[in-house]
Amino acid sequence: MKIPGFQPRKPLTGRQKWILTLLSFVLPVGLWSVVSYVPFVWHPVILVRSVGGSSALEQGERVDPAFFQAENQKLAAEGKPLAAGLRANPIFLPSPGRVFEAFFKAFTTPPRRVGDPWLAESLWHSIQIIFWGFFLSSLIGVPLGILAGTYGFFKGLFEPFIEFFRYLPAPAFGALTVAIWGINDGPKIAIIFIGTFFQQVLVISNTTAKCDTTLLEAAQTMGARGVRLLSSVVIPSVLPDVYRDQRILLGWAWTYLIVSEVVGTSSGITFFIDQQAKYREYANVFAAISMIGLIGIATDMVLGWLGRFFFPWRRLEGKEA
Amino acid sequence: MDWSLPDYKSQTSEVRARFEALKARPVMLDVQGLGKVFPSRKKSETVLKDIGFQVHRREFLSIIGPSGCGKSTLIRIVAGLEQASSGTVKLENTPVEGPGPDRGMVFQNYSLFPWQTVLGNVRFPLILQGHGASIAEAEARTWIDIVGLADYEEYYPSQLSGGMRQRVAIARALAAKPKVLLMDEPFGALDAQTRSKMQAYLLEIWRKVDVTVLFITHDLDEAVFLSDRILVLKAHPGEVQELIEVPLPQPRNSAHTLTPEFLAVRRRLDELIHPQGDDDAEKFEMLRLAPAGDEVL
Ligand SMILES: Nc1ncnc2c1ncn2[C@@H]1O[C@H](COP(=O)(O)OP(=O)(O)OP(=O)(O)O)[C@@H](O)[C@H]1O
Ligand SMILES: [Mg+2]
Repeated sequence: MKIPGFQPRKPLTGRQKWILTLLSFVLPVGLWSVVSYVPFVWHPVILVRSVGGSSALEQGERVDPAFFQAENQKLAAEGKPLAAGLRANPIFLPSPGRVFEAFFKAFTTPPRRVGDPWLAESLWHSIQIIFWGFFLSSLIGVPLGILAGTYGFFKGLFEPFIEFFRYLPAPAFGALTVAIWGINDGPKIAIIFIGTFFQQVLVISNTTAKCDTTLLEAAQTMGARGVRLLSSVVIPSVLPDVYRDQRILLGWAWTYLIVSEVVGTSSGITFFIDQQAKYREYANVFAAISMIGLIGIATDMVLGWLGRFFFPWRRLEGKEA
Repeated sequence: MDWSLPDYKSQTSEVRARFEALKARPVMLDVQGLGKVFPSRKKSETVLKDIGFQVHRREFLSIIGPSGCGKSTLIRIVAGLEQASSGTVKLENTPVEGPGPDRGMVFQNYSLFPWQTVLGNVRFPLILQGHGASIAEAEARTWIDIVGLADYEEYYPSQLSGGMRQRVAIARALAAKPKVLLMDEPFGALDAQTRSKMQAYLLEIWRKVDVTVLFITHDLDEAVFLSDRILVLKAHPGEVQELIEVPLPQPRNSAHTLTPEFLAVRRRLDELIHPQGDDDAEKFEMLRLAPAGDEVL
């Protein structure tokens, strides 16, 4: 019998793909649901429903079962009413239902403290930081990468220093960027820039170097030379691959977001998550984190779709846009 | 066995007159004392040694030789894509330095721009030469018409068959109006039927267009069928063995491939490329896997 999806390099049918896509989300959420809703799975703490005669317990508190039992034995010995409780999960693992609820209410729930940003404002701030960091990095990094991938001069000049610099962790520049740009958005954008730029030059340079030499030679025998070779052959030939690289690099830029948002004054989605954790609203924390994931995947899907529109010949070649 | 073929050097008066007319034409491409050494760490390799030949205007000259004898290296030097170690290449008496639009090239792997349609590809050299968009487009269309792809203008290269791609490559090379068209095994990747169709196409185009062709192949029949003259190289180092005049009239058609003259040249090429009958199967000591005496004789 042939199990679908287990023949090497054979693409899945549309249906199989859908089923697997569904499964890839259903499986982790299912596991999470089992842990949350099936009482004898995990549930390591006791959620206190009523304190009875105890003065050590507090209603709504989650306590260690051993402590809870000891307390009840003590109450029984003293003849006081017993405390009641349910087995529960720790507070940092809310159930899927609570998280989904938080997710849908997130945009309409006002901040607890007056003056704090709403979720939408926090997210919008984060998106702006990412955008500017990535945009400025690309503005310089993509041209430099293309130059380095085309001309030995630029490769020789840029790459050694960049190879060195890319090992310096971007967060290490936090204090320095604050000293230069103050405590607002400047240092945050700078961290994203530092985290993206050096990888970007190397990745784009690598991609550009893969430009088919015979295309360059063909153009030369038709009279193309100098900058014309760059603009009419190298750039269009590597553009779809550079575009794909940019999509991957944008994903990396997101990973620097959280670091950048604690530089200077805490802001954006990181600030929101910190606040919710302080209020012990872990469902909101989960909702905010998954929102980052959703924004990321939605952006990438839109870019992928645009790519198919920009580079129609790629699909005809059976290549990813 | 004697197949009683004529001497490959004997020419009818018609053919002789044709060659005289050809040699009276100006020399388009003049290669003298060309040598190429690839330096390497252990020992430098002499790939080409003292190659000399002349191609006259509107001649069709083929170069054949065993694999690795330096045919591609030679044509790349003529194209200016590779530097010669010694000797000169002159185009109409001007030494060539670097690639230029006067020497168009068609590669075996087509090397079309995948991001452009057929029209975009053929228009490319015209726009390079500074023609306005509408003139370039109209002229590109003419070339696309000549190679018979008028219905495929808007197709991307990846949507075309190998033969069609090579026709686009030829149209694109010719659109630059080169004086010499350099072709490095252009039909090497095509199947036999497409290949013979493309050969007929190429001869037809060559007749219509003022262009001199330098054509590389390792297919002996292809060389005889297409060429006015054939330059035969030998390997290690690549040197000229013989310059053969094909004693067949032009224009050619497939009937010519069965004439005694064709076969005589074909046999001569065989002798030069595969010396002392090295296709003699008897020489192999081979493990017998079928029972003896079971052959159909
Ligand atoms: N860039 C290079 N550096 C070193 N050696 C090279 C280089 N290019 C070619 N050669 C060598 O030169 C020799 C001739 O190569 P070339 O490609 O010109 O042969 P060819 O006659 O075109 O062969 P084929 O019929 O297989 O295409 C080969 O032995 C090859 O190893
Ligand atoms: Mg070759």
